[in-house]
Amino acid sequence: MSVIVTDEGFGQDDWNGTYASLEDGGAPGIDLPSDTDPAALAALPEGTSMVRIAFPSSADGRGFTLARLLRMRGYRGRLRAQGHLIADQYAMARRCGFDEVEIDDALAERQPEDQWLFRANWQAHDYQARVRG
Amino acid sequence: MPRKFTPKVITGNALLEGDVVYLAADDSWTRELSQAELITDEADAQVRLIDAQARVGEVTGVYLADMAEGETGPEPTHFREDFRRTGPSNYFLGKQAS
Amino acid sequence: MYRYDDFDAAFVAERNRQFRAQVERRIDGSLTEEEFKPLRLMNGLYLQLHAYMLRVAIPYGTLRSAQMTQLAYIADKWDKGYGHFTTRQNIQYNWPKLRDIPDMLDALAEVEMHAIQTSGNTIRNVTADHFAGAAEDEVADPRPVAELIRQWSTDHPEFQFMPRKFKIAVTGSPNDRAVTAAHDIGIRIVERDGEIGYQVLVGGGLGRTPMIGKVISDFVSGDDLLPYLEAIVSVWNVLGRRDNKFKSRIKITVHEHGIDAIRDLVEERFAEVKPLFSGVDQEMLAAITAQFAAPEFRQAPTDAYDAAYESDPTFRAWADTNLFAHRADGYAIAQISLKAHGETPGDATSEQMRVMADLAERFGHDELRISHEQNVVLPHVHKSDLPEVHKILKAHRLATANIGLVSDIIACPGMDYCALATARSIPIAQQIATRFDELKIEHEIGDLKIKISGCINACGHHHVGHIGILGLDRAGVENYQVTLGGDHTETASLGERTGPGFSADEIVGAVETIVETYMSERESAEETFIQTYRRVGMAPFKAALYPEKAKADAEARANAA
Repeated sequence: MSVIVTDEGFGQDDWNGTYASLEDGGAPGIDLPSDTDPAALAALPEGTSMVRIAFPSSADGRGFTLARLLRMRGYRGRLRAQGHLIADQYAMARRCGFDEVEIDDALAERQPEDQWLFRANWQAHDYQARVRG
Repeated sequence: MPRKFTPKVITGNALLEGDVVYLAADDSWTRELSQAELITDEADAQVRLIDAQARVGEVTGVYLADMAEGETGPEPTHFREDFRRTGPSNYFLGKQAS
Repeated sequence: MYRYDDFDAAFVAERNRQFRAQVERRIDGSLTEEEFKPLRLMNGLYLQLHAYMLRVAIPYGTLRSAQMTQLAYIADKWDKGYGHFTTRQNIQYNWPKLRDIPDMLDALAEVEMHAIQTSGNTIRNVTADHFAGAAEDEVADPRPVAELIRQWSTDHPEFQFMPRKFKIAVTGSPNDRAVTAAHDIGIRIVERDGEIGYQVLVGGGLGRTPMIGKVISDFVSGDDLLPYLEAIVSVWNVLGRRDNKFKSRIKITVHEHGIDAIRDLVEERFAEVKPLFSGVDQEMLAAITAQFAAPEFRQAPTDAYDAAYESDPTFRAWADTNLFAHRADGYAIAQISLKAHGETPGDATSEQMRVMADLAERFGHDELRISHEQNVVLPHVHKSDLPEVHKILKAHRLATANIGLVSDIIACPGMDYCALATARSIPIAQQIATRFDELKIEHEIGDLKIKISGCINACGHHHVGHIGILGLDRAGVENYQVTLGGDHTETASLGERTGPGFSADEIVGAVETIVETYMSERESAEETFIQTYRRVGMAPFKAALYPEKAKADAEARANAA
């Protein structure tokens, strides 16, 4: 089982669609590994309504750039970060364009809801919002 | 032929204080190298290391350090461990001052 | 100088609140050590050989007196009464305890300082020319744009977990005092047809694979700079290697893909990123620039200076080596050497910090600078005040007249403190300085930069020292490799190895031999070490350093003939 983290805290997964890789396609959801080539994002199928980007380790920040690129290139569907993200990275994920974070139960137990809600204020104190205008 | 196992102590830094600590035979952490347990058996060293590394609330950066048997306990065989048990050479600070 | 607005102050307070919670969550087990480590590093906290170490940013090397006074207070209250100024315009405290760190950060915030992104795989403290805003030779003050970059890079959500660290330096002068060619990004302010813009270098760096930065763009206009920087870092964040720590820096990415390919990717990314910047950053830059307006310089006679210069040889020696030309009439840039012979390069006691803060307040328009050469600078002192300033400095062992000389040595902390070090640096620097002080020839030697690193990571910039020294562990013994001919300025170059290394006992003698060789080779007292080296090359130095080898070679040649 996994837990979906949003600004409201912990929740159940309400996404019922299936996932496919970028190469295979044919599903409403697309799973992207963290080493996806930015150029390959152009192949995102029309009508994709969920993109899930993997974070194999909390030290691997490539997913942040991939999320940014998807948003810059016009993707408006759901965007989910999945894997080993810690509560301290929640604000980064949201600021890069993710809607939500999917973590496993063990991590949710170690870092309970209050630690994630601590960063639900991600829109405040944001230098990027300030310098970009 | 496998290399001969050289005696070792288990060492790391205290989580809260940050200073150098060594594992003693009774499983407590000591600030004195002379009080550390000198482990001479390789299998024993590996098991002791795994257990010590699991004590994440007490210590951090735990590893096995080569030592030789001295008259007053383990003695460093490398200058890095000598500095760790002593302190910096530019000021009289750290372990040498305590 | 830049003052925090409400946003900056609230940001730092919130960040400190987060870090305080992170420390407690590490202690209660919510965060594993693996998870906590990048978080503590991005807040400046290391675990070193004997203790934790807190690295505090001094953005673009600029400090007000009140800030320096607070650094002294922190040294006394939570450390051991001193601090170490580094080549990256930071100050390091070597003995804090984990639970004291949040309080230290709050104390820093009181004077608008922080330790954010002084470590970790993030964009690090932005450095700049330590003579900024004071030097005669400047196109523009680099600090306003450095401050803008500080704000842009701080807590940048995309760039907190990059392949490796990322360093940016800015110079506003064609005479590069910020070592820009040895940074991941080097920015040089240039003027083109009356417009101020930026020449951007990428892929410089020292360390295991030293490289001189390559020009990625000759001219980036002001409103393009932040999106251009963002494009570079964004391209590297995905392209940079994460499989091998030694190949992760952007210098390797540039080397592997070629500067032209990287430039194309950056241009492409720039086109995507640019529309996200509304241009408000240029209004911010204008407001920041106004805050860096020069102080009101005084018009006054310099008789007191002239008289002291004539009558006091100690003052004259100090003035000749430690002063630098100021842009304002009657003013000088006064450099305070933290290299008293036999002392630890870059260290200042809390008392010395207070003395320097007081001097800045009384005589220096409240400004101090930290140089990458690990010295302190009073950037604006009227010459008539210099005799008094010198007298006070002398009383506190701060008047060493050796800036740019053989004893003005850059040295990293080395194995006396650093967990990464392979050998000690500090004692070598102390011994070299003491030796040349005994010989009383350092003024005769003239401009000579010795730079010492205690490991391959090159925090002591040894590759770009005229004489570079690298401390290594050779089979359990400290051993020192020597390079000659490095240059850290706008004509940057990497030094060349002399040959086999020297033991700790031999290294001071080896440096002496190198200096003697230079003295006998130079055409006149005006020809500096680096000039002589470039003219005569490595051969005479090699012959002097390795006489046995030279003799054997000569015999082999004779036998062959």
